[in-house]
Amino acid sequence: MADVQLRKLVKRYDEVEAVRGIDLDIADHEFVVLVGPSGCGKTTTLRMIAGLEEITDGDIRIAGEVVNDIPPKDRDIAMVFQNYALYPHMTVTENMSFGLRLKRFAQEVIAGRVSEAAQILDIRELLERKPRQLSGGQRQRVAMGRAIVRHAKVFLFDEPLSNLDAKLRVQMRTEIKKLHLRLRTTTVYVTHDQVEAMTLADRVVVMNNGRIEQAGAPTELYASPRTRFVAGFIGSPAMNFIPCVLEQAAGALRVAIPGGPSFDVPGDRTARYAASAGRKLLLGLRPEHVTEPGGAEHPSVQAFETVLEVTEPMGMETLVYFPMAGTQVCGRVDPGAGAMPNKRMTLVADMRHMHLIDEESGLVL
Amino acid sequence: MASNAATAPDGATRPRSSLRKAAQRRSTIAFLMALPLILLIAALVVYPAGYAIHLSTLNKSMEEFVGFENFEYLFERETFWMVVWQSSIFAITAVVFKALIGFVVAHLVHNIPLKGQRKWRGMLLVPWVIPPAMSTLAWLWLFDSSYSAFNWIIEGLGGPRVPWLGETGWARFSVILVNVWYGAPFFMIMYLAALKSVPEQLYEAAEIDGAGWWQRMWFITLPMMRNIIAITVLFSTIVTFANFDIVRVLTAGGPIDTTHVFATYAFKLGIESSDIPLGAAVSLFMFPLLALAAIFILRDVNKRGNQG
Ligand SMILES: Nc1ncnc2c1ncn2[C@@H]1O[C@H](COP(=O)(O)OP(=O)(O)OP(=O)(O)O)[C@@H](O)[C@H]1O
Ligand SMILES: [Mg+2]
Repeated sequence: MADVQLRKLVKRYDEVEAVRGIDLDIADHEFVVLVGPSGCGKTTTLRMIAGLEEITDGDIRIAGEVVNDIPPKDRDIAMVFQNYALYPHMTVTENMSFGLRLKRFAQEVIAGRVSEAAQILDIRELLERKPRQLSGGQRQRVAMGRAIVRHAKVFLFDEPLSNLDAKLRVQMRTEIKKLHLRLRTTTVYVTHDQVEAMTLADRVVVMNNGRIEQAGAPTELYASPRTRFVAGFIGSPAMNFIPCVLEQAAGALRVAIPGGPSFDVPGDRTARYAASAGRKLLLGLRPEHVTEPGGAEHPSVQAFETVLEVTEPMGMETLVYFPMAGTQVCGRVDPGAGAMPNKRMTLVADMRHMHLIDEESGLVL
Repeated sequence: MASNAATAPDGATRPRSSLRKAAQRRSTIAFLMALPLILLIAALVVYPAGYAIHLSTLNKSMEEFVGFENFEYLFERETFWMVVWQSSIFAITAVVFKALIGFVVAHLVHNIPLKGQRKWRGMLLVPWVIPPAMSTLAWLWLFDSSYSAFNWIIEGLGGPRVPWLGETGWARFSVILVNVWYGAPFFMIMYLAALKSVPEQLYEAAEIDGAGWWQRMWFITLPMMRNIIAITVLFSTIVTFANFDIVRVLTAGGPIDTTHVFATYAFKLGIESSDIPLGAAVSLFMFPLLALAAIFILRDVNKRGNQG
């Protein structure tokens, strides 16, 4: 096992710059998830780590050694592809043992590792089958088995779950997590599904346009995004962005929403926002911080009235949508709160979790 | 019809309903739908074959039934056994080289960037699309021992004049060479299609698994192409074994019958020496040999089924 370092990593195709200077340190045993919208360079980055794509500029180190010019087979990594890439003419056992057989491991070692992996992945009954006789989920397991038996330094996953149906995806997600807790192999995992990223990662790396927007623990990204992009990308339903003006009034700050309510900024944020007083900004509030009154009283939990437009009962909660300052705002209320379309309702905004965003720079203040 | 049967009252008589069931079974329907084609093939294959068998049992004037006498006569002729031998050598050598060259060239073309690839593919197919009787004429001139380009070049380099078509060894070499030249593009195009159908990710997976160039070829490319290779080899073996035009135009079987293959020998006996029954007997001889090859190769294809 090993750590992985990316230094000023750049990948340029003829016209496109797919990856534009990435710096990332992945610690030994860490599970890092690269997440971002389509075309942001996740796959390209992963393939450069694997050695399947040439590096235009920068360095990749695995276990301290620069591997820029080392072919994939000598990097001691294992990769799971989106469409599995199982060898169709080999049985499951042959698929899993292929790498070991090439490296001329002893028969007993190979047999031992294959049966160990089969045990972990619960595919012992499938060992003699060919890939075409397997379901999507089973193929996925075999593809992971092929990675496991290698005892490689680093695991690379490229959207391994995106070909599975929703239910199986959730199940395999848990299995991948269990697998990592058991093997502790350094892992780089690519996905465009932020839920997958949040649930699996020790550290999430949000990419956009070939750059890293922010890297951090899932809860850290969720609670304190640094840019509007990260704030909007992480979390579902997405964070609300409401146009507002930051006003100064008697030593305190207020967020005034044009044609809507005004909210007091919590006292402990005054110093942080003072310099931006008087500017037009975006108020960022997550749906769970726009909810029905009740619970603990706090001066920063401030009520306002609105008329609901749409309600979506989810079972454990109800999502409510209402217009505010020309945008649609989403809130989450208790199913028992009696939310109905066209109903006038009092909601509260929990300003302790507010974010203020400079629209021009896209940065969170 | 189907809805009719479904709504038929329970009281329908037994034999009729079982007849209906038979008609509704998938295999029956499939058979009925394929029947016109089966009949057509039967007419085009079975009739001439039957007629050839019939012919081979007649005497030279085609008036008398002589049983196996034509075959017995052939078996005693040294020339006939030489033709068997030469046909086999001709077919096997030519097919092996066509397959090898086709395989190598397919790889080369596959690795040309896509833009130029079409041009190369088109040019490399040329030998295959010219009618062989015509292109062989060009070869005939090239092989001419006194005035041809080949010998001119060889002499220019200080070598001896080569009797391309005048000496048994060289003549055998020449007919094989032309056959390979004509047939290799077919292999090339088939193998190129097969190569393109191998997903790139399999190679990447193998590369990560630690496979070098040779190992990727051996463990990925060849197994993935196996069925195509088997079928093209079978097809080409049949066509090469039954080759007529190249040998006919180039050597007409000479010198002294040493380059004859079954088809040209049958032509010589049947048409030129006007012993049609004897020629039919020779041509019938191809059948068991080819059937044997087909059984072996197709069994291998069937065994592995349609993988992938
Ligand atoms: N072989 C290539 N030639 C030219 N451009 C490429 C090539 N591969 C990728 N790109 C470009 O590089 C950019 C990043 O591609 P990449 O595959 O890394 O995106 P991604 O983040 O994995 O997206 P997705 O979530 O859709 O898989 C894209 O704009 C893509 O068009
Ligand atoms: Mg991708």
